Amino acid sequence: MSRHNLQIDKNGRLRHFLSISGLNRQLMTEILDTAESFAGVTAQTVKKVPLLRGKTIVNLFFEASTRTRTTFELAAKRLSADVLNINITQSSTVKGETLLDTLRNLEAMHVDMFIVRHADSGAAHFIAANTAPHISVINAGDGSHSHPTQAMLDMYTIRRVKGPDFGALRVAIVGDILHSRVARSQIHALNILNTGEVRVVAPKTLLPAHAESLGAQVYNDLQAGIKDVDVIIMLRLQRERMQGAFLPSEHEYYELFGLTEEKLVHASPDVTVMHPGPINRGVEMDSDVADGPRSVILEQVTHGIAVRMAVMSMAMSRKEGPSG
Amino acid sequence: MPASNHSNKILISSGRVIDPANKVDRIRNIYIAEGKVIAFDKAPQGFNADVEIDARHRIVCPGLIDISTRLREPGQEQKATIATESLAAASAGITTLCCPPDTQPVIDTPAVTEFIRLRAEAAGNARVVTLGALTQSLRGEQLSEMAALRKAGCVGVSNALMPLLNPLVQRRALEYAATFDLTVFLYPNDHWLANGGCAHEGRVATRLGLPGIPEAAETAAVAHDLALIEQTGVRAHFCRLTTGRAAKMIARAQYDGIPVTADVAIPYLYLSEVDISDFDSLCHLIPPLRTVEDRQQLRDAVQQGVLSAVCSDHQPHEPDAKLGPFPATEPGISGLDTLLPLSLQLAEEDSLGLMDLLHRLTAGPARILGLPYGTLSIGAVADICIFDPSASWQLDSRTMRSSGHNTPFMGREMKGRVTHTLLAGNIVYTLN
Repeated sequence: MSRHNLQIDKNGRLRHFLSISGLNRQLMTEILDTAESFAGVTAQTVKKVPLLRGKTIVNLFFEASTRTRTTFELAAKRLSADVLNINITQSSTVKGETLLDTLRNLEAMHVDMFIVRHADSGAAHFIAANTAPHISVINAGDGSHSHPTQAMLDMYTIRRVKGPDFGALRVAIVGDILHSRVARSQIHALNILNTGEVRVVAPKTLLPAHAESLGAQVYNDLQAGIKDVDVIIMLRLQRERMQGAFLPSEHEYYELFGLTEEKLVHASPDVTVMHPGPINRGVEMDSDVADGPRSVILEQVTHGIAVRMAVMSMAMSRKEGPSG
Repeated sequence: MPASNHSNKILISSGRVIDPANKVDRIRNIYIAEGKVIAFDKAPQGFNADVEIDARHRIVCPGLIDISTRLREPGQEQKATIATESLAAASAGITTLCCPPDTQPVIDTPAVTEFIRLRAEAAGNARVVTLGALTQSLRGEQLSEMAALRKAGCVGVSNALMPLLNPLVQRRALEYAATFDLTVFLYPNDHWLANGGCAHEGRVATRLGLPGIPEAAETAAVAHDLALIEQTGVRAHFCRLTTGRAAKMIARAQYDGIPVTADVAIPYLYLSEVDISDFDSLCHLIPPLRTVEDRQQLRDAVQQGVLSAVCSDHQPHEPDAKLGPFPATEPGISGLDTLLPLSLQLAEEDSLGLMDLLHRLTAGPARILGLPYGTLSIGAVADICIFDPSASWQLDSRTMRSSGHNTPFMGREMKGRVTHTLLAGNIVYTLN
């Protein structure tokens, strides 16, 4: 089976949401527009619409997460769905149950959607390929492969701040590209939206082989990499990268790749700074930047709810019969 | 081997006999008695065949020798057994299988070797030879009792896919093996550089975010091993090369007179990193499938004889082993059923002649393993494979003989079908 066909049904509608690659510009724009329509909901006093009333959504997290799980949960609740949070790291797989058995058991409870996070690349695809036909799967991050809702909320944020013409933009993604599912999804998304220039900036130890083949220009120097860019997306640096001999120290990383007000002068004067969170202050980013006027980091979190509402409702509405 | 009928006299008539060891390729009769080839062309005096096999329009070659077959017994009988897999081998024209030492328990005592030999004899479908463990439990710490393993019948020693982390232990292991004239079978893979990866570190793994195994994991290991082979003077064989660069290093070493041989497994001559694009766990192999360029360079190295054996690297699995996210699945392909037809396809696609191709499946591996089989000389043990080179068939769960159905070639049209297999003069397989 093809990965691309897996998430799109024969009418071109979203069936699952597994990766950005395989989406077309039209569908991406539809997701962004739908998110826009939900943005109002989250600002209302009664923050609910009945679109997914009676539906059961399972947050199936095989890897720890606070932000993503919480925003998915909020998004589901604002769509009036029932939400079940299952933290598998302390559940059945520890007792030797296979992933497939876990799925079968949850299917037997008549759930409608799985939101999946897993440490293995390809896990969401595997689940989508093996789950019951009526269940939709949303990838909330699989290994270093994909984190499509994060990329969509980032595109949404960029569109809000910079307007819809991505062709006029230069975007730099800075940090641990090698291990980042966020970066991979962002690069795909930016390319599908015809972004003028997509750059990745990292030392060679944090770049995957043939990084340029992802669809980005590769820079090893922060100053050169952010020169004249309109958007800078900083990635979180995992502390364990020091032990893995990827880097000598947080200090040297901060010196070379940490984003500070002084370094920001090389970027476009109205540069926007983003970060998928959680931030390591003083490692990849200075607090002055994170909390400064160019930062939209907290807006990203807010937008995450609307974008996730959009994706969930689109994947569910594809089916016969109204959802609410 | 079954006790029955070594007295059977068999005539294989009018087949195209290809015997690479003797560079023979001609239509001829073969006369077999008491398990051996006794004459060609004209019947010896007083020869009355008990059985005549009409081999017109068929190719008659030595029984194939597969240099690496995981039989899963002892230890993983949920996947396969010696009986099931040796039967699959017989139906694929394979008469000799070489079992690596990573069974459970490991082949590090004569008892395990003996167990495998007895089970294979009881099944009677194919000859099974074993590689003994180079170190106890394959832990890379203490040497195994190699002299005892050799006495028990092990044709070589190997640490299989388990790393030899300490170069000093490796040096001594090679020296000790050389003491007993044992060939060491090395799997070139630098444990640290491979870093637990599950795919070739290249464009596809980058896109899929899969942990990569760089080319240097293989080439650095080959360079390191070659240095120790030269130092110790041991005879060594490199198992399952996957990169064109490593094949070139072996070619250079052979040119320099270092006693090394090397093989490749057939999937690596057909598949590449591109085939994992859909997280297809059936293409999850260790060592990993490399680039399209590597694949071509491996084919070239087979043609040049740098890689003197092509093997199945048979790794049958139960279905569950492949049901999971790609990195969590067990690596390996079930390959016995497809070894011959895929190899024949190679002869069609590349300029490799049938003679050279069959050499890599018979005389080549026989030489590496130090076995007297893989030839049809007068007096040779009558291990024979007869196949119809133009017969087409489909690989499906009905035609597949191995217990493991884990193959990305499932559903494919195969050309070339075994009609008879003889093991020491006994007909162990007939296509019905």
